[in-house]
Amino acid sequence: MSNIGVIISLIIISGGLLAILIYSLRGRDVDRRIIFLFVFIAVASAVLFNIEFKEHPTLIVKKVFDKIENLPSGSRVLISFDYDPAMKPEVHPMANSFVRHCLVKGHKLCLMSLWPQGQALMTETLEEVILEEFPEARYGEDYVMLGYKAGNEGVLNVIITDFRKMYATDARGTNIDSIPIFKEIKSAKDMDLILPIGGGKPGPKEWILFVGDPGNVPVAPGLAAVVAPLIYPYYPKQAIGLLGGVKGAAEYESELRQKYPRFRDVYAPALRMMGPQTLAHIVIMAFIVIGNIAFFRRKRSETGA
Amino acid sequence: MRKGPVIITAVVVCLFIVSWIIKAVNVPAEDSVFRAFAQGFGVTFAAFLTLAVMSFLYRDNPFYKFAEHLYVGVSAAYAMSLGFWTTIVGNLFPRISEGLCNWFEVPYTEFEWHFLIPPALGIILLMRLSPKGGWISRWALAFIVGTTAGLNLPRFLRSDFIEQISATFLPLLVNWHGIGDFFSNLSLSASGQLVSILTNVVIVVGVFCGIVYFFFSKEHKGAFGAASRFGIWILMITFGASFGYTVMGRISLLVGRLTFLGHDWLGLITR
Repeated sequence: MSNIGVIISLIIISGGLLAILIYSLRGRDVDRRIIFLFVFIAVASAVLFNIEFKEHPTLIVKKVFDKIENLPSGSRVLISFDYDPAMKPEVHPMANSFVRHCLVKGHKLCLMSLWPQGQALMTETLEEVILEEFPEARYGEDYVMLGYKAGNEGVLNVIITDFRKMYATDARGTNIDSIPIFKEIKSAKDMDLILPIGGGKPGPKEWILFVGDPGNVPVAPGLAAVVAPLIYPYYPKQAIGLLGGVKGAAEYESELRQKYPRFRDVYAPALRMMGPQTLAHIVIMAFIVIGNIAFFRRKRSETGA
Repeated sequence: MRKGPVIITAVVVCLFIVSWIIKAVNVPAEDSVFRAFAQGFGVTFAAFLTLAVMSFLYRDNPFYKFAEHLYVGVSAAYAMSLGFWTTIVGNLFPRISEGLCNWFEVPYTEFEWHFLIPPALGIILLMRLSPKGGWISRWALAFIVGTTAGLNLPRFLRSDFIEQISATFLPLLVNWHGIGDFFSNLSLSASGQLVSILTNVVIVVGVFCGIVYFFFSKEHKGAFGAASRFGIWILMITFGASFGYTVMGRISLLVGRLTFLGHDWLGLITR
């Protein structure tokens, strides 16, 4: 079904693109809505026919995976959900993969958010991943939810010296001193790894600037594609590795499935997204080529005349 | 009143009701009727908002405007209420009042007088709403601007300036043990010697030429001009990579919404 779907989609898209090429070579302008329609067809057909491709982790993603993999069991890992529903499709799979990987390795998880909407998405991860796949994980001992705190980088500036000054309670209103995980944690410097996920401000950049560098804590961000090129310069010195957009998330999911067979049947949204991504990118590249051919042909005919 | 918009609105409302009923009927039987209709409404309304926002690609329309305003309003209200419960109730009350802590059922820690300063500044900031006392809010704003600048300056200076410069001082020959060793261990692996050397060369040359392009005190001619031209190529490639990533991000969002429409709303695709 999938193969037939690929063939049908490619025939429709190629035929349409050829028609547009001929149309534009005749000197006519193509309406922008035609481009939207083609991108929509490419994405919708790949989603409908479930087109998937194999992913292999690149070095920059593998370093994040290996870091979590090689930390001794019981290490303290902080995951910050610094995003909102607008970024969810590309970065939420990263958060779920990080949580799965950390819990399967027996790390202690501390979940927090610098974005108000991040708390709802954190709760989603709690319900869909932690409670469903790891019912044996105990709240307060294996993981804790600190929730959202307003203050942007001000929050980071405080927790680098003392968590308790910013968090008197966790997200459920429990006194932080009565939570077992926090018996050995005074500040963010006591974390063995920080995994900030997001793509805005405050986000991964602020975590590097306000916690990673001054506290000498390893930071491995999961990034929305839009900001990934801005964070690449921090690799490898200030960020041990990073996940850039849905491609990074898909590579991580693939590596997690490869290493842990128990996750092979778990829904991997980022891997599922790579099929539509590939088809959509082919269409966009085709439009760039068509646009350039039409431009140079028109220019040539104008100079010739 | 024109007939067209009325007919379109009527069709949208009818489709909405039909979808709501179908979704409510398909909810598992163990759920209560009220819960089934609430769930059906939630999915149908989310699908309607998705389609309303996407309709902007065709042209601006009232459905898009409705979805846009609703999003802004709900986001602001959500952030405000969450800010109240997590920051004021969760962080401020435990430090200033045992009575308030008992009222909101949060644990009291101890009285810390300096926690009274932020709410005072907050009230001063709200004076902006007063026609006569608006100028007072400038004090709180000045505090915000001053502390933000003060906090950011040393962090940016360290992480974005000093650390970035030191990250550019890279060896052009990585793990070099002679030409024979280099060719006998030649590999195209990402962690291999050849790729590591090429990576460092690209970083060092790219940074140098990029800076040369922005150096305007000398005319861009000869070797200097060549370095400048190479610098602009590096910048263009960077912008291209950024554009590529942006496209990937936007397509991801489209995939996310289409997956929602196909799976949660229409039930056409499986996970």
